[in-house]
Amino acid sequence: MSEHEYTPKSKAGKWFNDRLPLLTLGAHLTDYPTPKNLNYWWTFGGILTFCLITQIVTGIVLAMHYVAHADLAFASVEHIMRDVNYGWLIRYIHSNGASMFFLAVYIHIFRSLFYGSYKSPREVIWIIGLMIYLLMMAAAFMGYVLPWGQMSFWGATVITNLFSAIPLVGDSITTWLWGAYSVDNPTLNRFFSLHYLIPFLILGLVVLHIWALHVPGNNNPVGIDIKKPSKDTVPFHPYITIKDAFALLVFMIIFAGFVFFTPNVLGHSDNYIPANPLVTPAHIVPEWYLLPFYAILRSVPDKLGGVILMFSAIFILFVLPWLDTSKVRSAVFRPIYRQFFWILVIDVLMLGYVGAMPAEGIYLVLARVGTIYYFLHFIVVMPVVGYLEKTDPIPMSISEPVLTGGAEPSIARKVNDKV
Amino acid sequence: MSKEEKKVNRRDFLFTASYTVGAVGVGAVIWPMIDQMNPDKAQQALATTEVDISSIEPGKSITVLWRGKPIFIKKRTSEEIAEARAVKLDDLPDPQKDEDRVKEGKDEWLVMLGVCTHLGCVPLKDKGDFNGWFCPCHGSHYDVSGRIRKGPAPTNMEIPKFEFVDSNTIKIG
Repeated sequence: MSEHEYTPKSKAGKWFNDRLPLLTLGAHLTDYPTPKNLNYWWTFGGILTFCLITQIVTGIVLAMHYVAHADLAFASVEHIMRDVNYGWLIRYIHSNGASMFFLAVYIHIFRSLFYGSYKSPREVIWIIGLMIYLLMMAAAFMGYVLPWGQMSFWGATVITNLFSAIPLVGDSITTWLWGAYSVDNPTLNRFFSLHYLIPFLILGLVVLHIWALHVPGNNNPVGIDIKKPSKDTVPFHPYITIKDAFALLVFMIIFAGFVFFTPNVLGHSDNYIPANPLVTPAHIVPEWYLLPFYAILRSVPDKLGGVILMFSAIFILFVLPWLDTSKVRSAVFRPIYRQFFWILVIDVLMLGYVGAMPAEGIYLVLARVGTIYYFLHFIVVMPVVGYLEKTDPIPMSISEPVLTGGAEPSIARKVNDKV
Repeated sequence: MSKEEKKVNRRDFLFTASYTVGAVGVGAVIWPMIDQMNPDKAQQALATTEVDISSIEPGKSITVLWRGKPIFIKKRTSEEIAEARAVKLDDLPDPQKDEDRVKEGKDEWLVMLGVCTHLGCVPLKDKGDFNGWFCPCHGSHYDVSGRIRKGPAPTNMEIPKFEFVDSNTIKIG
């Protein structure tokens, strides 16, 4: 982390830095040698930081007007929408912000899958990232419960009932989560408390995520190890900051498009009906970002089996660095894996689609096929393809293919054995 | 040296004793933190509900709220009772006789928790393939006795503890 010693120019700065080396940290973050070939798929880390801060700031403001009580919650949200100055704007930023957060995190995760960023020596970054993703899902789920509409209530009922599938202690755990004998006021109260807590846990994990990133440094599109600092790197500031800023601007335009033009398109109209424990909406669907897992849950005709498979779909990602046997990181040089990667992308999108459809007929068949492929991809395809695949030659350095006249892998020297 | 050995033993004892006391202390603090999330006295106080059933016509049902959950109270017709009792136990994923789901001599009254045993939605009445209830969430079909017949739900709809206070009133809980 300290390739060079940093000394503050001013006397006061030196005095402070000797006591708390914050300026050294700042210098490290500014000079941090970054691969010079990072493309726009690498800008989502910065975008996600923006999303987190947006959710925290708008969330703190909303909590000033929201009332976490079963009798008052729905009305207090309407109060925010109609009476509070700019309440509609702040709430729409917060609710659409959750969707934008997940959009960005999915791109971030698939970027990592394509370029092999989860592979050694970056396993810990990957695992911390998955923990953040799990916390994001918990926060989003609990946040969706707070308006206490029909989807809030029944979404909470279905998700908390997942725990009742646990043999022997399932019902006790569910009652404990509820604090009542059904989803009720105590449930809403504690969900609000936890919903407020989780973003700060995420913030802590983000610090660890970035710290763990700064130990080996960034992966890059060609996926090779590089010397730092060298001809292959540029300082983080201003080269990466300006690129991140531009990508963020484009992202914010799309974000604003949702907030100002279609603020409810990603939500469900049933959530504008106050919660009613006697009537279940005809068609319960979770938010779009949870749909692939929902499809996996429903594809199994057994309660416990479905729950186990759904959680496995997430937890299998934790062992991904050890399931992938390939010595080459980037899919750019992996002609076979690259095709399976795109099949996985299509598979997850398809699961998301059938998750929104009724669990019957062709949708059930598709959900089952999609679920089987999802697990085959990680358990069979990744180890076997990594072992058998003949990879394309990879370059010696980032500069080399450019300096020798082109980025064609065939021009680069054969160095497979050196990886 | 024996004296040194003794010293080490004394230290080991202190470590073990400290860890044990520490663990008990941590446990004593954690348990209230966990148990506070269980249903409180106010929730437990809502344990019983009395319902007037005199106005229910044969073949009709009402839904009442008990502990935040819907209770279906259905007055079944004799045909419906006969249909429920004609089912072979081998055809049931969770075998249970209709006789065991009602009070003896009050066979027309089906009182059950209107909660799908899959993930807790409220099933719709007079729907599904078995003339009983159908859960719209994940497609579980229940028969006229509230027993699971088809779909992902693992068990029959639950029968709560209830009794007839008189011929027109039942007490649930």
